[in-house]
Amino acid sequence: MAEIHVDVRGETCPVPLVEMRKAVRRAQPGDVIEIVGTHPASQKEIPMAVEALALELLAVEGEPDNWVIRIRR
Amino acid sequence: MADRTTIVVASGDMDKLYSALIIANGSLSMGMEVSLYFTFWGLERLKKGGLEKGALSKMHMLGLGKLFMNWRMRKANVASLQRLLNDFKELGGKIIACEMTMEIMGVTRDSLQEDLIDEYGAVGAYIHDARQSNITLFI
Repeated sequence: MAEIHVDVRGETCPVPLVEMRKAVRRAQPGDVIEIVGTHPASQKEIPMAVEALALELLAVEGEPDNWVIRIRR
Repeated sequence: MADRTTIVVASGDMDKLYSALIIANGSLSMGMEVSLYFTFWGLERLKKGGLEKGALSKMHMLGLGKLFMNWRMRKANVASLQRLLNDFKELGGKIIACEMTMEIMGVTRDSLQEDLIDEYGAVGAYIHDARQSNITLFI
């Protein structure tokens, strides 16, 4: 299983969400995607997208302006 | 079938095009399909070199307001319209150009960014997508 890293620190709406989606499209089933970012709204909306896409949310860590989210496809 | 968002992009104003593309890309990112139906002044933005030419819908002030807004957006690191449009296409979004607008405004296919356009259509094309959509907007 591969691990894909996405760095969207400094990016604002809607880029973190879009980059998450692109990474999920690249990933194989079972791969883990780790996203690091600083946009507060994205920390809330990426888990919403994970639910909508029926993926597995492994972790949401850090502060609203400095977070790490881990997803399994 | 996946959930769908369908947006009529009738305005060519910069801020409204941002709204349309951000909602479109948000929808794609959350697993929906998206159709953008470009008509009237919105279609002007699909002309070659036309994407960034829209005025601000309010406080444009002969371009001063737009300069200020662009400066603020650069400071906030907001993505360009070109990047949003590239992301839209990469995530599988569909663009429909209104044929009646092309006819009445004298817009030819070769004056448009044809590589972005999936379909040339009339109101039937919009209704076909809109009636299967969970979200429809007119911007």
